[in-house]
Amino acid sequence: MLHVEDLVVRYGSAVAVDGVSFEVGEGEMVALVGPNGAGKSTLINAISGLVPPHSGTVACEGRIAQVPEGRQMFADMSVEDNLLLGGWSIRNRDLGEVYDLLPDLAGMRKRKAGRLSGGQQQMVAVGRALMGRPDLLAIDELSLGLAPLVVAELAEHLRFLNRERGTAVLLVEQEVTLAFDVCPRALVLEAGRVIAAGPSAELARSETVRKAYFGDLVGAETMVAATAPETSEVSR
Amino acid sequence: MTELVAYLISGIALGSSFALIGSGFVVVHRVTRVVNFAQGSLAIVGGMASATLLDGRLPHGLGEIAAVLLCGVVGLAVGLLAIGRRGTHPLISLIVTLGASMLISAAVIWLWGQDPVSPPGLSGSVTILGADVQRQRLLVVAATVLAFVALALFFSRSHLGKGLTASASNPFAARMVGIDVRRMGLLAFGLAGILGGLAGVLIAPSVALSFSSDLPLALSGFAAAVFGGLTSPLRTLFGGLSLGVAGQLTAGYLNGSYQTEMALFLMVVIMIVRSSAFVQEEAK
Repeated sequence: MLHVEDLVVRYGSAVAVDGVSFEVGEGEMVALVGPNGAGKSTLINAISGLVPPHSGTVACEGRIAQVPEGRQMFADMSVEDNLLLGGWSIRNRDLGEVYDLLPDLAGMRKRKAGRLSGGQQQMVAVGRALMGRPDLLAIDELSLGLAPLVVAELAEHLRFLNRERGTAVLLVEQEVTLAFDVCPRALVLEAGRVIAAGPSAELARSETVRKAYFGDLVGAETMVAATAPETSEVSR
Repeated sequence: MTELVAYLISGIALGSSFALIGSGFVVVHRVTRVVNFAQGSLAIVGGMASATLLDGRLPHGLGEIAAVLLCGVVGLAVGLLAIGRRGTHPLISLIVTLGASMLISAAVIWLWGQDPVSPPGLSGSVTILGADVQRQRLLVVAATVLAFVALALFFSRSHLGKGLTASASNPFAARMVGIDVRRMGLLAFGLAGILGGLAGVLIAPSVALSFSSDLPLALSGFAAAVFGGLTSPLRTLFGGLSLGVAGQLTAGYLNGSYQTEMALFLMVVIMIVRSSAFVQEEAK
């Protein structure tokens, strides 16, 4: 449903994304991992239409909504207003469906978003994105600054969304063990280029990727082996 | 005592118009980070246009509303000049609003001449605590209260108002959820035009306006907005009322020509006293 073709994004003379191509299928969960400065956030912003591409194309058969890095709350507004603003461009904004999917939000709907904990804010950010009834949820750093238990709970919500509503997920994440646990397929970005792509379990075992990004992944390998589907060949 | 009551009530009426002009500064600054110095000129256009429209063309009520709406359109035009081009820096936009203010002054001289103009207002007076108070001044206060209530409801209840608040709160997130922040900025300029025009329409029957009245009005409105940290319409209302009352007391007990100086003096004091609050608000 998402087709990215030879995408290039520049900030002046600096190339942030350099000829990236990949696809996300309907209902698929794909992780985008890589070190700081690899161009992950720029890529996701370009896909969401927040950053104009220098060249290449982004085509999506459906709506994309983004959960941005750092949550980006409307801090002085209530949780409910934050959610309603997520449905800015659609008619018949319905809070009920989001409250059904994320019941915790109903209990905090009158509270100011800026006063919530990081985990609660991340849940609001996910709920706000869902208000746009997206076919693809683009999430930039789900785990940033959050406790492991909170991250695990949010990850479970994502799986539930994907399972129950068929919402595709593109997860940008520095925490590779989380990314590989949630998403069966992944791309590894370095200096704006995709240097490896394939099933998460294969990538976790790839010597090049492991040395460059994951360090000692004994724990991760065990975890990935337990959660990821059977493998096919890792490209590149 | 009677004298004091009269000064207080006329000060509240004058301060109400400062608050309306000041809230125009606030609405535009919150959304665009631009200080719109054409705000005083918009009040002049409102006062002048209402005088022309009420001069046998339209009945009371309709004439004033038409003048206020015209100011909304002029405010929108100022916005197009100031922020119409994407990526214009707020400081450049500020200079553009100064230029727009001069253009509007030239247009005012061309259309209405250089003599002060005062449209007919509500006639008669009532006695409050022994003081004779013009009914027009009471109308100014009532209309200002209504305008601020409407403004608060618009921002807190309407979808469009929430979009404006969201654009002011977090422009990146606003763009992300699909809000056109530039269009919201233009809407803010239009709204500021309406508020400025309303101030002009209300104040002109009591205080004759000319093309050169824009600077004192803009300064007083800006001082009120500074009291509100350029972010809070409610604090701007208090700032405008304090300024109006201080000005009238100065005029009554000292000298009428010190009113603008008083506004400037209070603005400097407020900026010094609230400087730490400004830094905190900018940091947010």
